[in-house]
Amino acid sequence: MGIMNRLAGQTPNADDSSTRAPLINVSRRGFLQTTGGLALGICFGPVACTSEKAAVSAADVAPFVPNAFLRIGADNSVTVIAKFLEMGQGTFTGLATLAAEELDADWAQVSVEGAPADAKKYANSLLGGQGTGGSTAMADAHLQMRTAGASARAMLVAAAAEQWKVPAGEITVTKGVIRHAASRKEASFGQFAESAAKQPVPAAEAIKLKEPKDFTLIGSTATPRKDSKAKTDGTAIFTQDIKLDGMLVAVLAHAPKWGATIKSVDETAARAVAGVIDVIRVDAVPGTTRAAVAVLAKNTWVAKQGRDALVIEWDESAAFTKGSDDIFKEFKTLTGKPGTVAATRGDAAAALKKPAKAVEAVYEFPYLSHAPMEPLNCVVDLKADSCTIWNGEQFHTIDQMVAAGVVGLKPEQVTIKQVYAGGSFGRRASSKSDFIVEATSLAKAARAKGVEAPIKMVWMREDDMRGGYYRPAFVHAIKAGLDRDGKLTGWQSRLAGQSIAKGTPLEQFMVHNGVDHTSVEGVSDTRYAIDNLQVELHTVDYPLPVLWWRSVGHTHSAYAMETMIDELAHAAGKDPVAFRRTLLEKQPRHLKVLELAAEKSGWGTPLAEIAGKKRGRGIAVHESFNTYVAEVAEVSIDEDGVLKVDRVVCAVDCGLAINPDVIKAQMEGGIGYGLAAILKSEITFDKGAVVQGNFGEYTPLRINEMPVIEVHIVASAEKPTGVGEPGTPVVGPAVANAVYAAVGKRIRKLPFGDQLSA
Amino acid sequence: MTELSINGVKKTHDGDPAMPLLWFIRDEVGLTGTKFGCGVAQCGACTVHLDGNAIRSCVTPVAAAAGKNVVTIENAVTDKVGAAVQASWRKLDVVQCGYCQSGQMMSAVALLTRNKTPNDEDIDVAMSGNVCRCATYVRIRAAIHDAAKALA
Repeated sequence: MGIMNRLAGQTPNADDSSTRAPLINVSRRGFLQTTGGLALGICFGPVACTSEKAAVSAADVAPFVPNAFLRIGADNSVTVIAKFLEMGQGTFTGLATLAAEELDADWAQVSVEGAPADAKKYANSLLGGQGTGGSTAMADAHLQMRTAGASARAMLVAAAAEQWKVPAGEITVTKGVIRHAASRKEASFGQFAESAAKQPVPAAEAIKLKEPKDFTLIGSTATPRKDSKAKTDGTAIFTQDIKLDGMLVAVLAHAPKWGATIKSVDETAARAVAGVIDVIRVDAVPGTTRAAVAVLAKNTWVAKQGRDALVIEWDESAAFTKGSDDIFKEFKTLTGKPGTVAATRGDAAAALKKPAKAVEAVYEFPYLSHAPMEPLNCVVDLKADSCTIWNGEQFHTIDQMVAAGVVGLKPEQVTIKQVYAGGSFGRRASSKSDFIVEATSLAKAARAKGVEAPIKMVWMREDDMRGGYYRPAFVHAIKAGLDRDGKLTGWQSRLAGQSIAKGTPLEQFMVHNGVDHTSVEGVSDTRYAIDNLQVELHTVDYPLPVLWWRSVGHTHSAYAMETMIDELAHAAGKDPVAFRRTLLEKQPRHLKVLELAAEKSGWGTPLAEIAGKKRGRGIAVHESFNTYVAEVAEVSIDEDGVLKVDRVVCAVDCGLAINPDVIKAQMEGGIGYGLAAILKSEITFDKGAVVQGNFGEYTPLRINEMPVIEVHIVASAEKPTGVGEPGTPVVGPAVANAVYAAVGKRIRKLPFGDQLSA
Repeated sequence: MTELSINGVKKTHDGDPAMPLLWFIRDEVGLTGTKFGCGVAQCGACTVHLDGNAIRSCVTPVAAAAGKNVVTIENAVTDKVGAAVQASWRKLDVVQCGYCQSGQMMSAVALLTRNKTPNDEDIDVAMSGNVCRCATYVRIRAAIHDAAKALA
């Protein structure tokens, strides 16, 4: 999910590799102030955040709470408070590594818990409010968390110096042990927790962070994941696992088409199911949620049985009724015409008038569901003057504000308890807080009917799959030209698809001059040295909500760009790596990953033969979220056209590597997620109704289809950037280019499906 | 009334005998390590052992477990094979979001219980019913080999 650049309308200068989105941008911070009226304070480390907490911790048993991000107990436990959601991407481990490094804690004594919704303490400087997305966690928090750790360390040392009556400068801290060598004194953090709390919080300028050469945890493999234990013994708590006293479970019947309303409901059979407590009508919030009828029961199965017994007549007179064929026909017609200009360099039209060689292609990308393993859900405990929400919470500030609006309370009366999310891939960062709106609307309607119980809203897999907020479908029509020497001289891209931001509170920050940057990112800001470039966009307005899906616009733009570049390389009679090298001469970080992936994959050497199969190798390179990734895919295709991706070699430059193994894991997972999409996934519409309902139709990647993956991390001292998304968009074009190398066929309509058998 | 045991503890169910074991385990017994992912035996997040066999609890009625013993993730890791699988899962940091991992581990334990030295093909066959949208498959495979080695 890549909101960061869009919120401030930051478009990296295509011609300047040194231009980067600033870490803190005033207009982004202004976002929630203007949309929600929330007073936002940005926490610049401990000083601004902790005076109140430090005073509170004077009580005898209170833990040492040096700032909003750490709590050190008398029992010697160190708890890191994570302002970001852990949805699998390893953020808890990353944040803990940063704080523990400067605190000089022992990794074993550190645990992590999710922060509550509190934008004053926990805003993401790159998003504006408190939220997780855009692969921003490490980029936003690396100095904040290190400063938090260093500040706490200084206070512990000051406490020890005072009690031992020795100069603070003579005290060392190693792996959680505070030591004064000369007097042979040593103590744990726990022993000084109480007295450290009484020390003044050091001034920001007095805090000295470590030199990279002194790191013991950052960049090491001594930091296994903090969520590994709970996730391998059944104790990790997800929203689905919340159980409260008296809690009811709600399962809903959703309108089959967007924009449909409830005509009539016959509740008789549902109420006849033993254990059904009530039936609640939850009308649609147009453009945000579908109309629904909820059945409340004491357990999930009974609620589902009740839901299945509902007899509902829907009014589809105002519903979305297009079919997938209509949609692509419309998009393709649009890309035949000039659109809103998203980027211009030189004069593409002139350059494309009479090129020595012209290459044209039209690409089709379907709608995609995020389909996280945990279907969407939310627990709401609504009372007269409070609302408590348990959720795998990704957009704290927006959701808190929206929930408050729905239930008629102030945002500060809404408490959000962040629990693990069973995947998200962007889905839980809902631009319109859709499932929060539904859960709180349901709670409000139930309460109005006299149901005074916490409610766990549970979507079945089909509710999730058909619930919209998809990766928008897109068509890219590309025309490119080469001169006689095979030099790329002109490029025109016309895109058609829905905007993610339009019609959401984010529109004013993300749509500029009619262009939603998420629609064109990866094309309009391409780093390839193309002198004459024209990118035009047709934004299609459908009442179907669309959303960021792991790497957002790059999911389609990287595929279109990188397969077209490959076509051009072949048309120019050049090696695909050499062709790219020429176009990326002034982009050192792109070049580095390109060369590294090529070298490690044995680019240019023959692939081992497999009897009865044709083999091929393909490469792609793409920057997203300020991280650079190149991947080489090796494929084999049998006589029936069955494709196997055998191996993917990945090179990544994400600046300073905080947790190398987490980076590796994110590349592996990102590749698998991207592979599922390009090979198999699509959401299609039949007269407005989503065809796919479960994993039988929306087929996920399975273990037998997973390639061998090799990840190489570029050593770097640059600022750390994200790794959750950037591995995903590169694998599609790498595989497509490998398929071309193997059998000479270009796949331009996704997913691949059985196109190789045809 | 259905009588069965969950992790060796006797339980009774007097509700709908067609209720899937998954919801009995989660909502009635209160063990939440077994997950709901699809409800139609397509993803394997709900995998438990019924008298030693890996089954999808989301499509297995409570009645089908009458008189039998059901083992869930909470208990599976206490035996030798389960402990080895858990240790390898932790050693290799297999998990990401973690939601499917109970089911993955239950399938892995069942595999290693009947096949002490599975090759990649055996792993594909035994594990392809378990979906991981985070695509932790590279590490799942490695962890199964690692656990097999530890058990040898």
